[in-house]
Amino acid sequence: MTTDKRAVITVKGLEKAFGANQVLRGIDIEIDKGEVIVVIGASGSGKSTFLRCLNCLEDPTGGNIYFDGVDIADVSVDINVHRQKMGMVFQQFNLFPHMTILRNMTIAPMKLLKMTKEDAEKKALGLLDRVGLKDRANDYPNQLSGGQKQRVAIVRALCMDPEVMLFDEPTSALDPEMVGEVLDVMKKLAAEGMTMVIVTHEMGFAREVADRVIFIDEGVIAEQGPPAEFFGNPKSPRLQDFLSKVL
Amino acid sequence: MSTLTFAKWIADAPGWVLGLSEGLQRFLFQLFQCFIYGDRWKMYLNGLKITFIVTLGALALGVVIGLILAVIRTSYDSYTVTKPPIVLRILNPLVQIYLTVIRGTPMMVQLLIMGFVIMMPKTQAGGIACGIITLGINSGAYVAEIIRSGLQSIPKGQTEAGRSLGFNFFQTMWYIVIPQAIKNILPALGNEMITLLKDTSLVSVIALRDVTKQAQNIVSVTYNAFVPYITLALIYLALVLILTKLLRILEKRLKKSDH
Repeated sequence: MTTDKRAVITVKGLEKAFGANQVLRGIDIEIDKGEVIVVIGASGSGKSTFLRCLNCLEDPTGGNIYFDGVDIADVSVDINVHRQKMGMVFQQFNLFPHMTILRNMTIAPMKLLKMTKEDAEKKALGLLDRVGLKDRANDYPNQLSGGQKQRVAIVRALCMDPEVMLFDEPTSALDPEMVGEVLDVMKKLAAEGMTMVIVTHEMGFAREVADRVIFIDEGVIAEQGPPAEFFGNPKSPRLQDFLSKVL
Repeated sequence: MSTLTFAKWIADAPGWVLGLSEGLQRFLFQLFQCFIYGDRWKMYLNGLKITFIVTLGALALGVVIGLILAVIRTSYDSYTVTKPPIVLRILNPLVQIYLTVIRGTPMMVQLLIMGFVIMMPKTQAGGIACGIITLGINSGAYVAEIIRSGLQSIPKGQTEAGRSLGFNFFQTMWYIVIPQAIKNILPALGNEMITLLKDTSLVSVIALRDVTKQAQNIVSVTYNAFVPYITLALIYLALVLILTKLLRILEKRLKKSDH
């Protein structure tokens, strides 16, 4: 049954300004459980800022973000508790270079979820196995290639059992031959029903995996829809122009 | 203890000494007078004990103060767009004043004020506490700036990764940023430790009997400055060399993750 669809994240009138620079000008969106949303847009359009507002890495300057029914844009809410349920993957991987891969993955579950070392390591090794990196558990991040680092970054976030995964241009810093291995992991994750919000320039990936594609332009959602329609029949001139440049 | 003269010493000296040249005899007398007579070598050891206690105490206090100040300054500076919370807006200027005053006045003057105006210790233990607190407060100001530069050297993405996993600001600092920063600042921190160790020689002005004060005492009873002061210099030099060696070992161990 697919009737139990419910919004995991509901964004209402989201605004973000850096000083006088208004980057987001009122974004409304509902993200359903299990939905894979790909966010595209020109550089400077606000797509990364939008993603970073979803877990309040950037504090919104207006609007509401309801996550599990709580408005996390409200400054009186303890954002740390909610962030535990929102995994994030960065363009620059941001693994902790002073810790082994295993420690990178177990530190948050152990310190925040009070998991025992054995349980956390068992879980981490299981996840590493799924992305083909179990034998690298005791290496340090600097010993890994970019694609391997990003796969570790994804499973590090998964160790916290997040309800949503946010991806901020996860393949943009990778050498071309490593993009595929990371996208494959993300595809598997999508197929398993993970709710995902992905900012990317990989249009092929968006077409293949997204349930909905969102085009952000000048701080608002200019167009959105299922990928077939979105790419096949773009309505707004801005999107047509953008797609003609990137496809 | 009665003063030992060269004449008295040579009269009781063992036979082999009498065969030496007078220059050598006088040198041996000085060594005897400054180390062996009246078990004076114990004075250096007792002084070293005080030097060690004050150094370690001040070091610990300095690092704690420095860390707290650095975190306050760094978190205040991290609010580039929005206004920092009220606590930080109160604390940050206080930290600034502290740094300005401590770095703007000589350590000697700080010791004199702490020893004779503020704390006025009556006992040796009180004096040690006074020395530790003064040197710790002083060192903290320098350590704060060292740690601050270290914290700023860590890419913002590290903090963001920590926060995105659900760690709060202090957990992110403690588990992720500070361990990496320490590695970067270890050479500068090592310099500060060496400076601090040598600066403990100033505590003699508040009547603490550290190794410098003991050497001065020996000079004042023997009227011989050469042997005690050269010995004193060698003692500090040896301590600094040992400290340098330890820091190098630590640096090497921390480099483990740089492949």
